[in-house]
Amino acid sequence: MRGPASILPLQLRNVGLAIRDRDLLRQIDVELSAGAPTMIMGPNGAGKSLFLRVCHGLIAPTSGSVEWSVPSTRAQAMVMQRPVLLRRSARANLVHALALAGTPRAARGARADEVLERFGLTDIAQRPARLLSGGEQQRLAIARAWALAPQVLFLDEPTSALDPGATRAVEDIIRAIAAEGVKIAMATHDIGQARRLGGEVLFFHSGRLLEKTPAPRFFEHPQTQEAAAYLRGDLLW
Amino acid sequence: MFDPFAAALHVMTSGDPEFIRIVLLSLQVTLSALLIAAVIGLPLGALIGIARFPGRSAVIIVLNTFMGLPPVVAGLLIYLMLSRSGPLGPLGLLFTPTAMIIVQTLLILPIVASLTRQVVEDLWADYEEQLRSLGSSRLRAVPTLLWDGRYSLVTALLAGFGRASAEVGAVMIVGGNIAGYTRVMTTAIALETGKGDLALALALGIILMGMTLMLNAGAFGIARLAQRVGG
Repeated sequence: MRGPASILPLQLRNVGLAIRDRDLLRQIDVELSAGAPTMIMGPNGAGKSLFLRVCHGLIAPTSGSVEWSVPSTRAQAMVMQRPVLLRRSARANLVHALALAGTPRAARGARADEVLERFGLTDIAQRPARLLSGGEQQRLAIARAWALAPQVLFLDEPTSALDPGATRAVEDIIRAIAAEGVKIAMATHDIGQARRLGGEVLFFHSGRLLEKTPAPRFFEHPQTQEAAAYLRGDLLW
Repeated sequence: MFDPFAAALHVMTSGDPEFIRIVLLSLQVTLSALLIAAVIGLPLGALIGIARFPGRSAVIIVLNTFMGLPPVVAGLLIYLMLSRSGPLGPLGLLFTPTAMIIVQTLLILPIVASLTRQVVEDLWADYEEQLRSLGSSRLRAVPTLLWDGRYSLVTALLAGFGRASAEVGAVMIVGGNIAGYTRVMTTAIALETGKGDLALALALGIILMGMTLMLNAGAFGIARLAQRVGG
């Protein structure tokens, strides 16, 4: 674990999110604790992305509470499904994020170089971030989040637009980050990916959390009909 | 029938000091006004683009309205401010190049700010979540968005330049079209046309158009090149 005090567990109590009278998340009670990666699964529109945003603090729930054990916003980071990279070099994107995080000016360059090196991005450091391939952009976005030294890293379908080679590279990175003790909470559509990476699964459907199950058990013996149908590949609504 | 292009060429190659002074003063006044309008208008427009405050819509409407401020009205307002009995009269700025810079700044600041507002607001819609996730405040996002919108913002600055360089009424009123002191290309064209020296007027017009064309082509080329190299 990085840093002295762990901000985990993250406790969500009776969290609800209603936008224009539509309940997008309902009565979510869950604890996110340190350990193996948590996979957030469920069909489109189940509330996976919103759940991540509420945990990350981008969206305030309309009911219930979201509490870190150490209140702090900077010890956790998120990689969006379509990360916005700035119109500047890959390295400058890292420097910008470090500046926002309050890294002293003199230390930013060295830290950025270290992060590029860590993620094998040194060769493309000076390339414009917007002109990188999809896989490179996603790796850079993860590197940017990692540069902030988070204890918890949220990822929203980080490989949904990538080819298998790039997906594999991103999965390797996620595994390596998890091995450092960073808690991974990741939404994914890809059942194979969830099997490969997941320690536990949160299964959402229609804005509700239906299951919180250790991964092997979830894939062999899902507890709810909805999860079973989802794993079979049936359309759920 | 005279050939205006031959006349233009003749005026340009004659090295007439009065002509050179007119061209240089035109550039000096317009580029100074553009610089001031950019320094104020880019951050101001960006701030209005991403800030949320009561009366924001009214501010945007007023700003957009001022884009169409008639130059003679702007000239009149600045004239009243700078005239001997006006609030800024003691500064003695009326009928000086400084007064012309002031009035042109007033004319193009709303254009620069308003177009910047639009560019930054659109950009913010794409960037907001990411920048907030990285811990950026709205205020801190202003320089980030201005830099990321740089290719579009060149157009805002060119629009401002175009308005300033083409403008005649306002600089005529506050500058006075004094030969050798406040005479610029547009006021010279108006005067020469009035006097019937159409060849000189046309020649100046061609040169003015040529300068604007070169500036636009240059800015376009640089922006395009930078975009290709820098994403």
